[in-house]
Amino acid sequence: MSLKDKLLSSFFVFEDQVDVNNDVHKLRNEALKLFEAKGFPTKKDEAWKYTSLNSLLKEDYSIFPKKEEALEYKEVKKYFIHDIDTYTIVFVDGIYASHLSQTTHDKFHACLMSSALTKTQYKPIIDNYFNKIAPKDSSLNALNTAFSKEGAFIYIPKNVMVDKPIQILNFSTGNESALLIQPRNLVVVEENSHVQIIERHQSLTENPVLTNSVTEIFAEKRAMVDYYKIQNDKASASLIDNTFIEQQQESNCAVHTFSLGGKLTRNNLNFYQKGEYIDSTLKGVTIIEGKQHVDHNTLVHHAQPNCESHQDYKGIYDDKSVGVFNGKVYVEKVAQKINAYQSNNNILVDDKATINSKPQLEIFADDVRCSHGCTIGQLDEEALFYLKSRGIPEKEGKALLMYAFANNVLESVKIPELKKRINLLIAKKLNVDLGFDL
Amino acid sequence: MNKFTEDDLKKELETKEYEYGFYTDIESDTFPVGLNEDIVRAISKKKEEPEWMTEWRLEAFRIWQAMEEPDWANVNYEKPNFQDISYYSAPNKKPKYESLDEVDPELLDTFSKLGISLDEQKKLAGVAVDVVMDSVSVATTFKETLAEKGIIFCSISEAIQKHPELVKKYIGSVVPQKDNFYAALNSAVFSDGSFCYIPKGVRCPMELSTYFRINQAGTGQFERTLVVADEGSYVSYLEGCTAPMRDENQLHAAVVELIALDDAEIKYSTVQNWYPGNAEGKGGVFNFVTKRGLCEKNAKISWTQVETGSAVTWKYPSCVLKGDHSIGEFYSIAVTNNYQQADTGTKMIHLGKNTRSTIISKGISAGKSQNSYRGLVQINSRAENARNFSQCDSLLMGNQCGAHTFPYIEAKNKTAQVEHEATTSKIGEDQIFYCNQRGIDTEKAIALIVNGFSKEVLNKLPMEFAVEAQKLLEISLEGSVG
Repeated sequence: MSLKDKLLSSFFVFEDQVDVNNDVHKLRNEALKLFEAKGFPTKKDEAWKYTSLNSLLKEDYSIFPKKEEALEYKEVKKYFIHDIDTYTIVFVDGIYASHLSQTTHDKFHACLMSSALTKTQYKPIIDNYFNKIAPKDSSLNALNTAFSKEGAFIYIPKNVMVDKPIQILNFSTGNESALLIQPRNLVVVEENSHVQIIERHQSLTENPVLTNSVTEIFAEKRAMVDYYKIQNDKASASLIDNTFIEQQQESNCAVHTFSLGGKLTRNNLNFYQKGEYIDSTLKGVTIIEGKQHVDHNTLVHHAQPNCESHQDYKGIYDDKSVGVFNGKVYVEKVAQKINAYQSNNNILVDDKATINSKPQLEIFADDVRCSHGCTIGQLDEEALFYLKSRGIPEKEGKALLMYAFANNVLESVKIPELKKRINLLIAKKLNVDLGFDL
Repeated sequence: MNKFTEDDLKKELETKEYEYGFYTDIESDTFPVGLNEDIVRAISKKKEEPEWMTEWRLEAFRIWQAMEEPDWANVNYEKPNFQDISYYSAPNKKPKYESLDEVDPELLDTFSKLGISLDEQKKLAGVAVDVVMDSVSVATTFKETLAEKGIIFCSISEAIQKHPELVKKYIGSVVPQKDNFYAALNSAVFSDGSFCYIPKGVRCPMELSTYFRINQAGTGQFERTLVVADEGSYVSYLEGCTAPMRDENQLHAAVVELIALDDAEIKYSTVQNWYPGNAEGKGGVFNFVTKRGLCEKNAKISWTQVETGSAVTWKYPSCVLKGDHSIGEFYSIAVTNNYQQADTGTKMIHLGKNTRSTIISKGISAGKSQNSYRGLVQINSRAENARNFSQCDSLLMGNQCGAHTFPYIEAKNKTAQVEHEATTSKIGEDQIFYCNQRGIDTEKAIALIVNGFSKEVLNKLPMEFAVEAQKLLEISLEGSVG
């Protein structure tokens, strides 16, 4: 039985686990119909031209994981950003792990999607925001919506500055021989509020794991959202991350994606600007090797005048790894005085590595400044020679240059501890013992 | 006297009819509409082609039948009904002239309206013109001079008769019949076109040129051009197009194949000014062209195009850089106005070592038009030290038009160096103000700025063409900025 059939037939089982008498369930039913009609995307879809899901879809995933595995904090401590105090929401095999989490209902709400979907207190928010910006015609979104049940729910009311970053961690334990998890997150940041979020997916097993995650983020007027995604998973784990952000007037959102591992990673990151004077930032560093595959698919939709967007994606590809960048900037007719910038730089370290880049512009307004650049190249031999002549060994020299190459992205990470952590991850990735605290 | 304002100019341009829209009344020998194997056979028979050519056409026709019309391009149009087209139309008196005096005066009149007086070209420009009018070549000049050098420059039908070994060897070698829908159609029904062969080590002493026109109502134009530059040779080939005004859409599906053998160089320049439809977007030519060149070792192919016409353009002159050290270049200006749609660009396929390619594309959109750049740069795993530089700039005039960029970049070799950059902008008010302040009126200022914007490409055109191209740019764009 194909994965699609399996998913379709298990929807009845799923209906036993959730409340079927509400509006959300109507959405689930609609979404299931769409998924049934469209199925998984194939290479024939233009957006999936360079990324095939075939190798992932042949696994026999279990869709409903068994009960929570008793996971000790010390086992997973290293995956937390533990040197600063944070709010944490932890899921193990897609199920909330209360003993590892630290949530709040004080000034703002950081809790679970499952409780937000059932509590009357959250009904207006769910009605207003749930599934409002995730594109209805995408089959992977539809699949997630159909089985949406659990995930992080973050609601920040007006004028709240969240005092510490919020961490969302998803662990998978290998309790199942193959596991499909579909977290559904919703982040609503009201006027003048400010939040920082760090998201990480981590597999603790060699068993195949496929995550199909959907995150919707709403930034109201003058809100600030800082979102960091750390993707440094096992070679058996794959991630399809769908993140949709809607921004209102004068809001400021930034998403940083660090793709350092995993079998196949696909990041669908869409920004929809709905007001004026909005600032959107999309940045990413990709360093992969082996047979890993990372695909960044971004969209910035400028619908109103006087906005800015910045995209900066750097990639370093070793061995037989494959990198894909498909960035799209769309400027509507009324969106005059837009400043959109898109840059994609890549280094191929090995002859067998591949990069496919498609920076795309679609512009209907005349008074705009839109530019994009894309490069593929190597490390500068002369710079490397200079470093060697100063007594820095080749390996370290190369690492230094690569680090410098990615530094543009790292510079704008606003949490110092996180920056340090990512520096360490990169150093480890490049197999050097440099702290890069230069 | 009232000042001639920009609005007046705009009005004048909007109401201005297509300058080259006239219809030459030459009795044509036209086939019944529709397409089937019999028509293909009939075309082949009419042209007295050998058996292998007929078979080649039929094979293409069978492939075409199994294919579907592509719809991935960023253009919207009503698909032509292929059974509604007459696939062959030739001027009735099929003359072979040695001198201009013998040419039908009406035809000569047409050319002088187009500003391409044959004798002037002959005397001043030193251009040998193989004039293609409604698919059959009716006049060839400078043939003797070329023949001395061993250069073959004739219509493709003549080449099939006289040089079958060359045609057989090279036709379909770069653009095979099954390449795409329109190439297959062209392979099946091509009526005529040009053939050019430059022997080893010969540098062609003059620019070779062809003018295409679509004349007869309801006839499709299916040109087939084949240029072969043998080892160490050089040729510069010019292609220019104007088409008379027609109300229904006309289809133009040409195929151009260039073969540059070791150390050869081909420079192929096009000025395309088919009828773009009127200000309401009615009528106009559909231009679905497949152009591709193959470079062997150390060879160089350079495409230069100025696209101002056609209602819908779908054109990607490409280079397959097969040989080591080969070079591909693409310089393009695409101008769209009113309801025109253009989806154009190039493909650079790097196969050999140390191959280099340059892409400079300038898109100018005005009115309600849509202008897309679509390009592919592919570095294959064996293409060591391949180098590419791409630059795509778009200029928007008015807020009703759109500019789109779809660059595909695929690199499979670590030594590859690929750079791509694109910008979109409009003519700055400060730039116009500066010109005004120096006594240059707005209309001239725009022409000046557009000229500057397109200069990198215009510079690549041969002299005579550059002048014509500048004129075309002005006609297409003046007054489109409010």
